[in-house]
Amino acid sequence: MIEFHGVTKEFADGTLAVDDFDLVIPSRKTTVLVGSSGCGKTTLLRMINRMVDPTSGFVDIDGEDIAQLEPVKLRRRIGYVMQNSGLLPHRKVIDNVATVPLLEGVPKREAHARALELLDTVGLDRSLANRYPSQLSGGQQQRVGVARGLAVDPNILLMDEPFGAVDPIVRADLQQELIRLQQELGKTVVFVTHDIDEAFLLGDQVVILEIGAHIAQKGTPAEILANPANDFVANFIGSGRGKRRLTVDASVTSSGDDLVLVDGAGYAAGVVDAPRGVIARPDSGSKSRSISNKTDQAGDA
Amino acid sequence: MNLLFAAFAFIFDPANLLGERGILPRLVDHLLYTGLGLAVAFVIGIPLGLLIGHTGKGRNFVIAVTSSFRAIPTFGLLLFIILFTGLGLWPLVVVLAILAVPPLLAGAYSGLESVNRDTVDAARAIGMTEWQILFSVEIPLALPLILGGVRSATLQVIATATIAGYVGLTGLGRFLIEGLALHNYTIALAGAILVAALALAADGLLALVQKLVVPRGVSRGLTRSRSIRPKKPTGFRVMAMAPTKEG
Ligand SMILES: Nc1ncnc2c1ncn2[C@@H]1O[C@H](COP(=O)(O)OP(=O)(O)OP(=O)(O)O)[C@@H](O)[C@H]1O
Ligand SMILES: [Mg+2]
Repeated sequence: MIEFHGVTKEFADGTLAVDDFDLVIPSRKTTVLVGSSGCGKTTLLRMINRMVDPTSGFVDIDGEDIAQLEPVKLRRRIGYVMQNSGLLPHRKVIDNVATVPLLEGVPKREAHARALELLDTVGLDRSLANRYPSQLSGGQQQRVGVARGLAVDPNILLMDEPFGAVDPIVRADLQQELIRLQQELGKTVVFVTHDIDEAFLLGDQVVILEIGAHIAQKGTPAEILANPANDFVANFIGSGRGKRRLTVDASVTSSGDDLVLVDGAGYAAGVVDAPRGVIARPDSGSKSRSISNKTDQAGDA
Repeated sequence: MNLLFAAFAFIFDPANLLGERGILPRLVDHLLYTGLGLAVAFVIGIPLGLLIGHTGKGRNFVIAVTSSFRAIPTFGLLLFIILFTGLGLWPLVVVLAILAVPPLLAGAYSGLESVNRDTVDAARAIGMTEWQILFSVEIPLALPLILGGVRSATLQVIATATIAGYVGLTGLGRFLIEGLALHNYTIALAGAILVAALALAADGLLALVQKLVVPRGVSRGLTRSRSIRPKKPTGFRVMAMAPTKEG
């Protein structure tokens, strides 16, 4: 569990990036910090591994004030994945993945064997192990970045817009991979994005931020979608523009048992299962994950 | 043309190779001065350049040092030092070191400066110590530029070490001085050719090393080292001018 207690960050030039921020980030869940550019997401994230120290307030990990911990030691037990992979360009993929274990004194053979397993874990072919980062595509580099983040088997994984620089198809792929990984590994993931769809897809807890890292709303995707706290949130998640309020377009009949859905502006947004013209209702109460499933189907359509 | 021919004849005459005033012992001395001057400059310039490049603090210092040191008249400084210390090896070494510090400092500093900040940031974020960042990320990536500095420092020192002959030492500069004093231009030219050849050989060798140290993963494509590599003519011009300037 990661806790922010009254955390403020004012940079040397006077920028108040984070203003009195409180948040509890539960263990083994994915928390997504989402907000527009410059609202302080990266600053918040980097306070968890002490790449940035708060001006006031404190951050706890499992009840321990991290200001008391040695930054290098702390960082080595926290995975960090960033937008442009941050791989070392002069080291092969396998050495990049094994960097921290090697620093920690794990024997080379062992570290490399584990690195190869991690390539499997993130869905990369082992034949890429001996390439240099510049010989990989952006999507592959991001996977290597994730593998490196997982190399010390950290409890906490920090991800700063890790899929921001890849095309939408690769991004969707990586997102699904992360969901699968998270189901398998159950890390405490803190994920930063400015893409609200990505936030809803990945987040168990979504925290919508305004400038200065003021929390506009936090909750499960379903809670936020059902009850946007204010106009800012409504606007941000798109319901204000009717983007998420979908209605059946009666004028279009699709070939199978699907009905076409349109958003508030009349654009086709997806389809819904409707055997014999009746929209199917799931029996059990819907969970947040069902939202993501729908999004997938819309993506596939 | 005749003069040139005679100069080469002098150089390749086995009789001129060994002996107290031979080419070989003077070449060895020349290399000794060069090596000592470079070593002293290296010990000062490289760590300082790395420190400034790593921390990003003190850029103005680099600029001040490189421009003001370059304006110092080498020969004048040497004579000035000798006024206080008397003749000897160390005044020359000090002067050569002063000459070599700016390119070494600039090479180390700009090499580190050229390393992508995101790469360094990522290295820190995954838990590398500052020393590990310096030695396993910054220096390997900056090595081509650092060696660029070594290369131009070497050229300058080889060229300038000819002044050793004026202050009671030997080196290849002796041929120039003796030749000019005796109006034997064959020998003077032979001396100039020898200095030039030494400079070219050193430059060629370092150019090769420089190519070899470009880290594999950055050897093609995204590398920035290519464009900043110092151009060959710079060192050569300095070298070619030095004998006339000092003579
Ligand atoms: N080192 C720094 N020095 C001064 N100001 C900074 C520094 N880092 C960030 N800031 C400022 O703090 C604010 C928050 O920055 P931060 O990087 O946390 O935003 P962000 O939400 O991650 O934005 P983005 O989505 O563009 O990455 C911005 O106004 C930024 O300019
Ligand atoms: Mg950011």
